[in-house]
Amino acid sequence: MAPLLAQRYYRAMLTLIGILIVVAGFAARLNPLLVVMVAGLATGLASGLGPIEVVAAFGKAFTESRYVAIVWLVLPVIGLLERAGLKERARTVIAGIPAATTGRVLMIYFAIRQVTAALGLVSLGGHAQMVRPLVAPMAEGAAENRFGPLPATTRVRIRAHSAAVDNIAVFFGEDIFIAIGSILLIKGFLEQNGIVVEPSRVALWAIPTAVSAWLIHNTRLLLLDRSLRRELASPSMRNDDAGAA
Amino acid sequence: MITLEHVYWLMGALAAGVAWVNARDASNPRRWNNTAFWGLYAVTFLFGSRLPYVASGGVVIAMVLVASIGKLGQTTRESQTPAQREASAARWGNRLFIPALTIPAVTLLGNAVLKTAQLGGVAIVDPKQVTQISLGVGALAGLGVGMVMLRPPLSAPLHEARRLWDSVGWAAVLPQMLAALGALFATAGVGKVVATLAERWLPLGSPFAAVVTYTVGMALFTMIMGNAFAAFPVMTAGIGLPLIMTRFGGDVTVMAAVGMLSGFCGTLMTPMAANYNIVPAALLELPDEYAVIKAQIPTAVLLLTVNTLIMYAFVYPR
Repeated sequence: MAPLLAQRYYRAMLTLIGILIVVAGFAARLNPLLVVMVAGLATGLASGLGPIEVVAAFGKAFTESRYVAIVWLVLPVIGLLERAGLKERARTVIAGIPAATTGRVLMIYFAIRQVTAALGLVSLGGHAQMVRPLVAPMAEGAAENRFGPLPATTRVRIRAHSAAVDNIAVFFGEDIFIAIGSILLIKGFLEQNGIVVEPSRVALWAIPTAVSAWLIHNTRLLLLDRSLRRELASPSMRNDDAGAA
Repeated sequence: MITLEHVYWLMGALAAGVAWVNARDASNPRRWNNTAFWGLYAVTFLFGSRLPYVASGGVVIAMVLVASIGKLGQTTRESQTPAQREASAARWGNRLFIPALTIPAVTLLGNAVLKTAQLGGVAIVDPKQVTQISLGVGALAGLGVGMVMLRPPLSAPLHEARRLWDSVGWAAVLPQMLAALGALFATAGVGKVVATLAERWLPLGSPFAAVVTYTVGMALFTMIMGNAFAAFPVMTAGIGLPLIMTRFGGDVTVMAAVGMLSGFCGTLMTPMAANYNIVPAALLELPDEYAVIKAQIPTAVLLLTVNTLIMYAFVYPR
């Protein structure tokens, strides 16, 4: 029996080969599509499928995941609006608000995104629909207003922070809404294990984390403003700014 | 009844259109690679539901080879100069926001209305797919408003979609590829093996150690799987229920709620959650594909610590 058990153990360990390939491949910065495909095929082979079955399993999984891609349907209209000057307009609007800073723009978006997600309005945001055409240009525009043309590294940093705000605000807002996928998953999984939980109590226990996320990230956005000021402002502007704040 | 299949036809038409525009654009040095990539992608949408799975698998492998070994290119043509865009922005003013805001407005409306909408006793939309279908409807509505308002050449939306999609490149398909990998992991039982390893090698002797293992384990396993939903059943069955709840008498609601949110901290730190982390880096044209992750790591680590403390403070009865 012992060798059989050992064999089963190594067999089980072998299914982890996909994780190994993913970690190594991402670390080596190989093309992620290739890494993920090889990891998927290797995992299938390790679990005992034949070559043809593995390709079929992969094709099935890919086909059944097509719904993930539907967000790209917004590209024609977003592209059309960019062609008509949407990003430029977003910058101009911010230029008309002297009090706007990068951090403050992002803090306002954070609040809107988190509160609406908590009310179940998760689709009110997103990287293709909101961040690229509106939020990032506004955050960049606010910095340009104060400091003039931005160095490329600063521009990149502001954009990365714009995307981060969208993610963090929605992740730690949506769980306050009782009909969101994650709460339904919690409820369903626990029910399978014979435990009944009240969705509204699960949602309630998302609030302490939501408040913490808001505090932590808004502090970081204040620090972002400060570090932009330190990096970009000339000495005279820095005095100005201290006076205004 | 409208189902996801109809939305996939739209996606297929979009991908096919993008392939066609690429084929006609000599300014892209790799135009035939782009044409092949988006053309094959169109096939998965238009015929994916009818093709045998092994054929779909072959199409996907071909796409990956084109993108990784062949590499994709980008057009060098700009449809409008910056000066033209400035002039147009001045002309249209804040009205430019109307089509952009139509997308979320119609999506939300669709979510609310389509779930129960019926025509002659038959549901108009498959109730299980309302969210995705509403997004498709929202995108179409935004495009309709934009076309009526701006009156651009009819081919403009397709050309602009091509410009954006090519700038995202292969990353556009990565989320779907990762979802497929997750499904294969699940079939192969990867989660169970990891949970067995965790139970065997981790110190779980005290209530505090059990909480730390559960929250950090949720984050780490989410980073591997790219998705907290995949990590939750495994970690909860392996550590949460037997230890925190049964052995140490913890409150299952607090445990599950904060455990899931600990997983979300992991989502912020992994390239495996491509649609949140890698796709926006491509969409925003950032030179470092990990730039968004790097911006998120400090918040994620702090919040994971806070989550661990929240759970330890409230999960056990006093």
